[in-house]
Amino acid sequence: MKFLNKESLIINSVRLVTYFIVVVVGYLLFDIIVKGVPTISWSFLTDLPRKSGAEGGIYPAIIGTIYLVFGAIVVALPLGMASAIYLSEYAMRGRLNQGIRLAIITLAGVPSIVFGLFGLGLFVLFFGFGASILAGSLTLSFMILPTIIVSSEEALQAVPMGLREASLALGATKWQTVYKSVLPFALPGMFTGSILGIGRAAGETAPILLTVAAFFLPRLPSSIFDQVMALPYHLYVLATQHPDTEKVLPMQYGTALVLIVIVVFFNLTAIVLRNHFRKKIQW
Amino acid sequence: MNTWKDKAIHTILVGAASTSILIVLLIFVFLGKEAFPFIWEVGFGDLFRTKWIPVSFKEEIFGLIPLITGSLLVTGVATLIMIPFGVFGAIYIAELGTDTERSFLKPFIEILAGIPSVVIGFFGLVVLSPIIKNLFGLNTGLTGLTGAILLALMAIPTVITVSEDAIQSVPRAYREASLALGATKLQTIFRVIVPAALPGIIAAIMLGMGRVIGETMAVLMVTGNAAKLTLNPFDSVRTMTATIAAEMGEVAFGSHHYQALFWVGIFLLTMTFGLNVVAQKVLRKYQMR
Repeated sequence: MKFLNKESLIINSVRLVTYFIVVVVGYLLFDIIVKGVPTISWSFLTDLPRKSGAEGGIYPAIIGTIYLVFGAIVVALPLGMASAIYLSEYAMRGRLNQGIRLAIITLAGVPSIVFGLFGLGLFVLFFGFGASILAGSLTLSFMILPTIIVSSEEALQAVPMGLREASLALGATKWQTVYKSVLPFALPGMFTGSILGIGRAAGETAPILLTVAAFFLPRLPSSIFDQVMALPYHLYVLATQHPDTEKVLPMQYGTALVLIVIVVFFNLTAIVLRNHFRKKIQW
Repeated sequence: MNTWKDKAIHTILVGAASTSILIVLLIFVFLGKEAFPFIWEVGFGDLFRTKWIPVSFKEEIFGLIPLITGSLLVTGVATLIMIPFGVFGAIYIAELGTDTERSFLKPFIEILAGIPSVVIGFFGLVVLSPIIKNLFGLNTGLTGLTGAILLALMAIPTVITVSEDAIQSVPRAYREASLALGATKLQTIFRVIVPAALPGIIAAIMLGMGRVIGETMAVLMVTGNAAKLTLNPFDSVRTMTATIAAEMGEVAFGSHHYQALFWVGIFLLTMTFGLNVVAQKVLRKYQMR
């Protein structure tokens, strides 16, 4: 009996450790929701900020984040999907294949601030885009590329070999096989990956810090060569750079809540979609 | 006709897939391009001085040592915190929890992974740092420890997810053999399953460390950012990432300070690159077994 008690004691401590994480994350979300909700109002979401963000709303930051994420997806999605199709369906074992895989692993591990430095060196200075939506979107797109490639490839790999073999046996070409027999089944999974990428792009601060984000710019951008405000950077500025951080605390909580809602919305959508398709498509 | 079209598509796909290689090369080229003039204008050895005083009327000193120790200190403490939570969390989710618990815990961990670092930094600033300040009776709650706790929180999802995969891929027969020999559930977990999954768990911890070293916003917001040489987690420290983020905005393009910041980036990239490549090698070797 004594033996069993020791066993359940340890199991319970492992359980405790696990639920401690849940409690901390739960408290974080709870704190931000409870203190953020009173700030949220229609005018907070649709007004221009005033007095360096102490009053008014966060409309330009929301719009800026949408532009940046949209730009990143437009570049990264086709590129990522095509890469995944190549790696999963076409690539032979060899140097090029190995090189591409090493590159993807490397890209996935590059710190976000280093992407910022790179974007600054290449897009802002070398190509002369300046700090702009274009430079920021391209930098973000490179950052989310590995996420999209890896999850798209997983989705393609999950399609059974039999479908490909049947199609090829009927005389279809490689591309006809991929296009008609593999892609239709893999697309839901591929889009799930891109939704995760969107969530990541929307929340990142470090890469846009050096390539696009404006400290305080109470207007909407007029072209892709304009600077914009962005939600994560706006939160950073309000929390650490504002002369009176205590006074703008409600604005900080409001901004944090809007940002979390956007990011968690995309993540939850991806999780729900993935579970749905996993259940629906049973091979 | 079809073969022509197939060839064109093949070429396009190869091109798309190769962009990843191109991007990696461009990252190295452009970091190097901005950083290298420092070597002949100031001297490579100057990067290894023990003081970082980039703006000064007397002598500007670009020693990266305090920044590197800052990053290592925060990463070390964060690793100590994330190992028990990450590994026990993975063991619980994979082996001990019920199906209902799993279907709730796994999405929860994924949500945690998705919370933007600036939000975690904000939480650290307004909630955690006052707690640290009062708990340890410090002058300020902006310390290396505060940063390390937040970083551990951010790396835990990586550690849990990768460790859990490793635990799941231990063959069923190991479990059954151990239980059949009369071992208890815990003995099976800690003497059979965890040792078998250990390479994967170590790789998971390394991937988590890679994430921690490269994290910028949370440390920028809560570590206090004093560039001094210290190994005390209750001191204010300045990490490599925070230095780039804080100073790049105010620096003159092409100046020595600007070049030194790109050197910080190169050192940072080398460290995370090393950790990632080794971790992936371990994972691949482990999967092939």
